Amino acid sequence: MKLGFLVDLNLCMGCKGCEVACKVENEVPLSSWRLRVKYIDIGTFPDASRSFTPLRCNHCEDAPCERICPVSALHYLENGIVNIDNSRCIGCAGCMMACPYGAIYMDPETNTADKCTYCAHRVESGMMPACVVACPVEANIFGDIDDDTSHISRYIMEHQGGVQVRKPEKHTNPKHFYVGGGNQTLNPLAHQRIEGYSLFNNITHLDAIGDKNHGVIDRFLAPFTAHEELDNRSFMDFEPSDEREGGHK
Amino acid sequence: MVEHTVHATQAVVTLDVALPGIIWGWMITLNMWAKSIGTGVVLVGAFLLHRHHKESMPNLRWMMPLLAFVALNIFLLFTLVDLHQPYRMINIFLHPNWSSAITVGAWMASLFTGLITVMMVIGGGDAFPEVRRHCPLAKKARANSDLYERIFPFVVFLAVPVTLYTAIIMAESSARELWQAPTEMMQMIWAALLAGSATLIFTSARWSQAARRDLALLLAVATFFSFMMYMGEYFFSFKSAEVEATLAYVHSGGVYNSEFWFGMVLGFVIPFFIAVGYRRSSNDTLLRFGAILALIGLYLAKDVWLKIPQMLPLS
Repeated sequence: MKLGFLVDLNLCMGCKGCEVACKVENEVPLSSWRLRVKYIDIGTFPDASRSFTPLRCNHCEDAPCERICPVSALHYLENGIVNIDNSRCIGCAGCMMACPYGAIYMDPETNTADKCTYCAHRVESGMMPACVVACPVEANIFGDIDDDTSHISRYIMEHQGGVQVRKPEKHTNPKHFYVGGGNQTLNPLAHQRIEGYSLFNNITHLDAIGDKNHGVIDRFLAPFTAHEELDNRSFMDFEPSDEREGGHK
Repeated sequence: MVEHTVHATQAVVTLDVALPGIIWGWMITLNMWAKSIGTGVVLVGAFLLHRHHKESMPNLRWMMPLLAFVALNIFLLFTLVDLHQPYRMINIFLHPNWSSAITVGAWMASLFTGLITVMMVIGGGDAFPEVRRHCPLAKKARANSDLYERIFPFVVFLAVPVTLYTAIIMAESSARELWQAPTEMMQMIWAALLAGSATLIFTSARWSQAARRDLALLLAVATFFSFMMYMGEYFFSFKSAEVEATLAYVHSGGVYNSEFWFGMVLGFVIPFFIAVGYRRSSNDTLLRFGAILALIGLYLAKDVWLKIPQMLPLS
């Protein structure tokens, strides 16, 4: 089994339902995202159009994040999902430097790396990822790409020639596909970013990764001063952490 | 930020989230810079011991491991401090992922620092026989003085991969195409030789003139080839769209452009001419000035090269 994802950009209407569902399901903190929908305006009035591109982890078959992670916090599940065990993460940010898709963030609450896991905890229970369930137009298609009869495999077959991945030149073999995408939508260098593209403020770049108030001294004091729910002692936990598959206890 | 849009399409991002800024910042620059000194003094020291009698460099035997020890501890300190979960560093040893250059490097650097510590204790014990004469550790170090010479070849051998592994980490950072393994490896080696020769220049006051000239020659060669590497990459790395976009951003001016050229001139051009001139003038003060400039410039060059590919929007 190899789980894959396909987004039909012809269907996506930019409602951000998937983005909100992901935030809620995975309790993604403010200033972070596992899945986001980017709006790109193409052309000039009156010949202008707007495209919507959901962006999430590509769950690459040759994932650079898995290769660079020094402690195997990023690892493959048997179903092909690139999962993360953030109780093991040392916060070196190597994965953030390695991921060509910018899909990994430093959680400002736990100060560990985190990312989309295709809702591995839901998949394990036989459910679909939260974003798939939330999509009102079924633009998100999720399933086993090793199974020729699965919905996603049939969709790929029906749209042969129109199925794309982001940055194929990176040789990461992404398992996240797009139908109806173009250079303007999938190539981050093919569109301009003008100041003020955020809806509510003019912040275009974060000035720190993780918790910006978590300074050098705090990093060393955290195990002794943090609240109980923050997991800063698990470096002492030498037992296998299988029960935390999907990043959930 | 860096974009390379097609004008005709007028494609503009109209709604998106804030993107990460610089992920690996000055602490990683300092980490790499200090490691260059730590391994460089060993490589340059080995070269000098191969070329000259150790009597012509009387303090090298204890000063070399001492300098390496200090620099390596700065390197290891900032490696640790840069982690968001520093106590979990132990996971690199308990749960190593051997495909990661970070893991391999951490193991090698730890072993290297351990061996350098042994050499420092033995070298210091031999150089200052009156110090802590009754201390059991000092006694043991002096009794095993020949261990220094036995482990030294292994330490020199280990200094090469310890120098190079950061280049592989950068190469494994697939999102940053500016960093290619072959060029980064050469940059790291030249940086180590530059930093090693520049640092040892400060300890060479009592050395023979021939040894000091060799140090100046090494500094000249290292600055020359470092400069050539950077110039080649800065002006002619145009085979990848991402690299071209990154460099176009720096070429257009701004703070990184200024920092880069400060680094090039201070770190490589001026020290090169000072080091070449030393063979004629033998002006030790000027050579020390050149060494200071080389170390400052190396930091600036590494800082720019670390940060500029991080300006690229990845998604």
